Amino acid sequence: MHYMQVPSQVEYERATSVEHALSLLNRPDTRVVAGGHSLIPMMKLRLAQPEMLVDINGLAELAYIRLDGGQLRIGALARHADLLNSAVAGEHFPIFHDAERVVADPIVRLWGTIGGSLCQADPSEDLSAAFAAARATVVIRGQDGDRMVPVREFHLGPYETVIDRGELLAEVRVPVQSGTGSAYEKVARRVGDWSVAAAGAVLRVGEGGNHEPVITSAGLGLTAVGAEHFVAAEAEEFLVGGPADEDSFAAAGAIAAEHCRPVADQRGPEDYKRHLVAELTARALRRAAARAAAPNSGPNSGPNSGPNSGGART
Amino acid sequence: MRVAVTVNGTEYARDVEPRLLLIHFLRDELGLTGSHWGCDTSNCGSCVVWLDATPVKSCTVLAAMADGRSVRTVEGLEQDGRLDPVQEGFIECHGLQCGFCTPGMMMTARWLLDHNPDPAEAEIREVISGQICRCTGYENIVRSIRWAAKHSQPDDAEAAE
Repeated sequence: MHYMQVPSQVEYERATSVEHALSLLNRPDTRVVAGGHSLIPMMKLRLAQPEMLVDINGLAELAYIRLDGGQLRIGALARHADLLNSAVAGEHFPIFHDAERVVADPIVRLWGTIGGSLCQADPSEDLSAAFAAARATVVIRGQDGDRMVPVREFHLGPYETVIDRGELLAEVRVPVQSGTGSAYEKVARRVGDWSVAAAGAVLRVGEGGNHEPVITSAGLGLTAVGAEHFVAAEAEEFLVGGPADEDSFAAAGAIAAEHCRPVADQRGPEDYKRHLVAELTARALRRAAARAAAPNSGPNSGPNSGPNSGGART
Repeated sequence: MRVAVTVNGTEYARDVEPRLLLIHFLRDELGLTGSHWGCDTSNCGSCVVWLDATPVKSCTVLAAMADGRSVRTVEGLEQDGRLDPVQEGFIECHGLQCGFCTPGMMMTARWLLDHNPDPAEAEIREVISGQICRCTGYENIVRSIRWAAKHSQPDDAEAAE
């Protein structure tokens, strides 16, 4: 028993309503706990030592995924498994199903939450890049009301977000647009591990001046490679107005690889990560374009049919 | 703080520190040592129990979070002296060697079969992909769960004897 990892002393309160949670969160050194699958391990390692935990698992009013007013709305307490199994999310944003299929493992996904992942702000966390690619907005609730923050302005740096004392992430909103396709491609060392690198793409293809199809909007998110706000902005700019073809995708991949800032670690050297960014960006764009052209008929239309869904690598 | 948790149908109330992890509550406070404490980092899955109807890695859940809820552990699989088909499957197909991962594997297997009574091999491997076994190479665990699926169908109730 001597080697047991135990969090340091902490107080625990269970929020009975969002208002109750907000009042508890006004105290200093207070952290929200929902799934706890990032926070509790950090507490065991003393990387986090909050004075008080506010358990929001009982706040059913924050656990939903629905289409409303042309937006996909995801409550902060929706679990990863809820997003993975949400037909409406998969219909409009297959990128979220791609990403959720490779977040941690099925048991962790049953308990870990969407809001918790975003607020943890881990540079290797998959949903931040996926939501950045989709240009999502987060709703932050405080005692004076809600404020909206584009997800591309939500993260201040590793493990740091714009959420202030007394505030709670309530919802993620993603604008739905017709003619859009999306995809997420990740390389990890083994099933359930953090990304070595990953790329998410959201593409909209429309008609250009001479009736040729052109890319009318592009969102590109990058995971674990030091991209500012998880975005490949230069590659996005390159894509818009151009054709949705292999040459464009390869060139966008090269631009994304050039502008990101990966660091060498136990998951690989810098040049390998840049190589992955180029390749995975091109693959995500290819798959997003195919889905934009043929919505709901591409590969991975079902939640458990993906190439990463399983099998031989257990 | 005082927590009251219903474990396998029995309510237990204890005074605990808020930082106490659910796995240690079960093992050290209640003496229910069927659930195993393994990696302590939510990677290995030997500590999987159900919190209400959801399997969780109990080394990463506070006992306080289970207050007022139900927990089901491997000790709760057997009902009225009758082993769960999952337990029978692990016996029939040699689904364990050292047995360390077994309680977590069986709790996840029971949950899978409750939601998907006839899972394909790939679905079984996917659902246990966050749980580590160092003995079996997983092959016999998959066979055990398939055996349980086959012998959980109402028509096959007798075959499970």
